[in-house]
Amino acid sequence: MPRTVTIEPVTRIEGHARIRIRLDESGAVDDARVEITSLRGFEQFVIGRPAEELPRIVSRICGVCPWMHHLAAARAVDGCFAVEPPPAGRLLRELCLVLAHIPDKLLHFFFLAAPDFVLGPDCDLRVRNIIGLARQEPELAAQVARLRRLGQDMLARLGGKAVHPVAAVVGGFSRPLGRDERRQLQADAARLLDFALFALDFARERVLEQCAAADQPGRVRTGFLGTVDEHGNLRLGSGRLRLMRPDGTSCDFAATDYGLHLREHSDPWSLAKTVYADSWGEGLSLDPDAPRGVYRVNTLARLNVCDRIATPRAQAELAAFRARFGRPAQATLLHHWARMIELVYAAERVGELLADDRLLDRDVRTPAAPRAGRGVGHVEAPRGTLIHDYATDERGCITRANLIVGTTHNVAAMNLSVRDAATRLIRDGACDEAIQNRIEMALRAYDP
Amino acid sequence: MKPRLASEWLHSCAGCEIALVDLGEGLLELLARVEIVHFPLLMDQKYAGRAGEGDGPELPAADLGLVSGGVASEEQRAILLAMRRSCRTLIALGTCATHGGIPALANERSQAAVRAGVFADCGPAPAEAPACLERVYAVDEVVRPDLCVPGCPPRPEAIAAAILAVLDDELPATPAKSVCETCPARREGRAATRSARRFLDNAEYDPDEDLTRMRCLLEQGLLCMGPVTAGGCGGSGPPLCVQVRVPCRGCYGPVRPGSNPLLDLMNGLAGQGVDRRSVVDRRSLLRFCGAHGLLRPVAGPR
Repeated sequence: MPRTVTIEPVTRIEGHARIRIRLDESGAVDDARVEITSLRGFEQFVIGRPAEELPRIVSRICGVCPWMHHLAAARAVDGCFAVEPPPAGRLLRELCLVLAHIPDKLLHFFFLAAPDFVLGPDCDLRVRNIIGLARQEPELAAQVARLRRLGQDMLARLGGKAVHPVAAVVGGFSRPLGRDERRQLQADAARLLDFALFALDFARERVLEQCAAADQPGRVRTGFLGTVDEHGNLRLGSGRLRLMRPDGTSCDFAATDYGLHLREHSDPWSLAKTVYADSWGEGLSLDPDAPRGVYRVNTLARLNVCDRIATPRAQAELAAFRARFGRPAQATLLHHWARMIELVYAAERVGELLADDRLLDRDVRTPAAPRAGRGVGHVEAPRGTLIHDYATDERGCITRANLIVGTTHNVAAMNLSVRDAATRLIRDGACDEAIQNRIEMALRAYDP
Repeated sequence: MKPRLASEWLHSCAGCEIALVDLGEGLLELLARVEIVHFPLLMDQKYAGRAGEGDGPELPAADLGLVSGGVASEEQRAILLAMRRSCRTLIALGTCATHGGIPALANERSQAAVRAGVFADCGPAPAEAPACLERVYAVDEVVRPDLCVPGCPPRPEAIAAAILAVLDDELPATPAKSVCETCPARREGRAATRSARRFLDNAEYDPDEDLTRMRCLLEQGLLCMGPVTAGGCGGSGPPLCVQVRVPCRGCYGPVRPGSNPLLDLMNGLAGQGVDRRSVVDRRSLLRFCGAHGLLRPVAGPR
């Protein structure tokens, strides 16, 4: 008899989801889906609000990456009101953005993903978690907790609060950075860079080889979307979007033109929309043997689309990664490897930004006046490309808001990955806890 | 035997859980004191029974439960009821749980209208997705929590203090001061302008001087929710937003339980001679406390 296996809730991810797997009479997988079970409706309830308030409202979309929503919104409102932040305002925003990637990557890698690798995917679920990891590696766990907290403290010093910040405002930043504050941030950033390099070595030794195995569950062949600067270097702040086809050819465009390339679609079973590459002209298909229109965002996508990384240590790691896995690399678990390379980039980039003396300029904000307009703000969030698109009326209040978040871009690929994992792991209808966890691992890789 | 801890998140963003993780090494110490029986962010226990079916999910018995987020769907309601059944002491964590939080801004429309609006440009709203309730509720509109810890998010130390107090069989004192009462900005007792200015340019202050030298943001004419908002966000220090020279927006909820911060603030401003019409979108002054019927659908366009 056909039956359904439900994995609920998906755990050790930063959000709400369940996996539903349909088995046929023989116990083979007929279909598998990721269902996003929560919708708050930000695009709707921000309508009518004064646009300058949005950076402080939409941050609540995600408590894990509030900085990314905060900053994308500030950028979008800049566009609506046609203001350009002064250099210090721009640099302070980028500093916060890049810095915010660091605690998030530490959280995801060590607290959420690492237990599957360091303790093993089949390990008892009462142990397969950060507490089990802390028991086995107490010194490492303490160090991760300490350094992650340091990153959050640095963000709080810059932006008032680490979670749900308030300092990015239309036209720039709410306050300048003092010379002494910078000195302390530089000392702290040096500690973060040391730890990032250590973390990459640890990961290489204990985790990443397991991610490199060729025939791992969750296999899917897709295109990729990420952000690059005018020279093709990796960018986390705003830049040009680059959409790469599965064959590695790509096309660059300005974020304001996203609607010409990407299209949103809804399915009856999920509260998350699916986005696909409309400009490829092939529509959307989740046929596992011949997917169409499917691309991915997140760490692996960013490393695939960029030509190089402008900081030395991360570039060396990227070159080695590319020599081994090719471009674009497709294996889903390689997200973890890419994440650790990006961690090193973020730590290096924070150091570069802090060294820039323009950061200390007192002029951090260009005054704005409400007007009718449209603005598109975009940044790279841990989960992937984040786009906020607003329109305002002549009072400067929101008339329309469209948000495409990292998860939405990946919905199609996550469904394909979970289906592949389920198809290859479930035999004769058997789907015990360990198999369920291995299926979840294919989804976990897409988490921040 | 260690006390058992369960945690769930409902109509929320994970910020409260991140704040807990922000305890750093303190988190590891805290986790070592308890046995976690259910915690979707950190651990792999699944529901027994489905969230959307029958009596809802079953959760293991716990001495202490943390629940963040408001309640906006049948599934979330079922999970909250299950948490209440299984937890001896239940803490409503964060402003979404205590007052609805930002997602309760949606209460100016029906949940069904919000859903239809979100999907309007790409087809019908998902028919097989979890059914929504008619509006966003705070936790105490569905079950009775034993303790409320507001904040968006609450301070990590405040979360730890609440957990430890429950483990030690005490209930922590809830602060009764407003944000203003914890704010060192200089007050002269009268507003500098007759209208409330939107936050389109920075406040006036000298960045080399500390907060005690900066004039109160509200007196500068910037709308600030400090007078009507529960304090404590800065611990023993100044309010966090004011530290970076940004006015308060009320994220700890009303300072007086059961009060309406919109009315209280507008009355206060009127007393200072500030024209109420200068406040654009007055109802968004309730942006953190739209549950408990404070925000309701309005007829016609906003």
